[in-house]
Amino acid sequence: MRALISLLAGSLFGTGLLISGMTDTTKVQGWLDVFGQWDPTLAFVMGGAIIPMLVAWRLTVGRQPLTGGQYPPKVAFALDRRLILGSVLFGMGWGLAGLCPGPALASLSYGGVDGTIFLISMIAGMYAAPTLGAQLDRTANAA
Amino acid sequence: MQAEWIWGLGGGLLIGLGAAVYLLGNGRIMGASGIIGGLVDNSDRSLERLSFLAGVVGMPLLLRPLLSSAPQTHLTSNITVVIIAGLLVGVGTRLANGCTSGHGVCGISRFSLRGIVATIIYIAAGGITLALLRHMWGLI
Repeated sequence: MRALISLLAGSLFGTGLLISGMTDTTKVQGWLDVFGQWDPTLAFVMGGAIIPMLVAWRLTVGRQPLTGGQYPPKVAFALDRRLILGSVLFGMGWGLAGLCPGPALASLSYGGVDGTIFLISMIAGMYAAPTLGAQLDRTANAA
Repeated sequence: MQAEWIWGLGGGLLIGLGAAVYLLGNGRIMGASGIIGGLVDNSDRSLERLSFLAGVVGMPLLLRPLLSSAPQTHLTSNITVVIIAGLLVGVGTRLANGCTSGHGVCGISRFSLRGIVATIIYIAAGGITLALLRHMWGLI
């Protein structure tokens, strides 16, 4: 049942990424590039995606997920180094190529060799992240 | 094309609907980097993650023939840029524990301060990167 729900969610996500233009790097970079020909499309994608989730979060109140268990607790806010540095690095990569993790995956069937190389590099980065994170925590404690 | 924002909005609604199904059905936050990352570092290799990825990769593959024009990523063919960008996206999203879908879509809609701050930071970093590399130094 959980796998079927995941398949449905992934299918909706993949379809949305395909038709929204999120897998088109010129649109993504066009939105991030305020000094160029600014493209507002991404604001509509983000806005559109947030609407169903606003409703969904309201529906979680006082209820359990369909398949049981608990909803994920809200993580208390703390400006930690991982969140800041990680988001800076991610943003740099996103700006450079115009792809983030979801679209990199959704475009696998039409992204060509370059798209596949991006995905492999991204996975390599994910593989290295825990080691880098531990290093970051050590220097934080030493300081 | 004037209709692009309509496709953006429609596609966005589907993305949000997917996230809502994942949350209300499985009680999980739909974050692409977290789902891929859990498989990569072996912390969670459950079937539900694999079937999610099957949907994300499979639907565009199935829908391609129905589109009036073939989808294109227009990704740069500069292989150095592609590799560096991929590494940065991979490391960054795992360090920050979220990307556009997790921190952006799911975080903002929950009014999570972490999600909102992360989103502001990565959008700003992306904008600054493009401003410097494209407009100041003309590198990309």
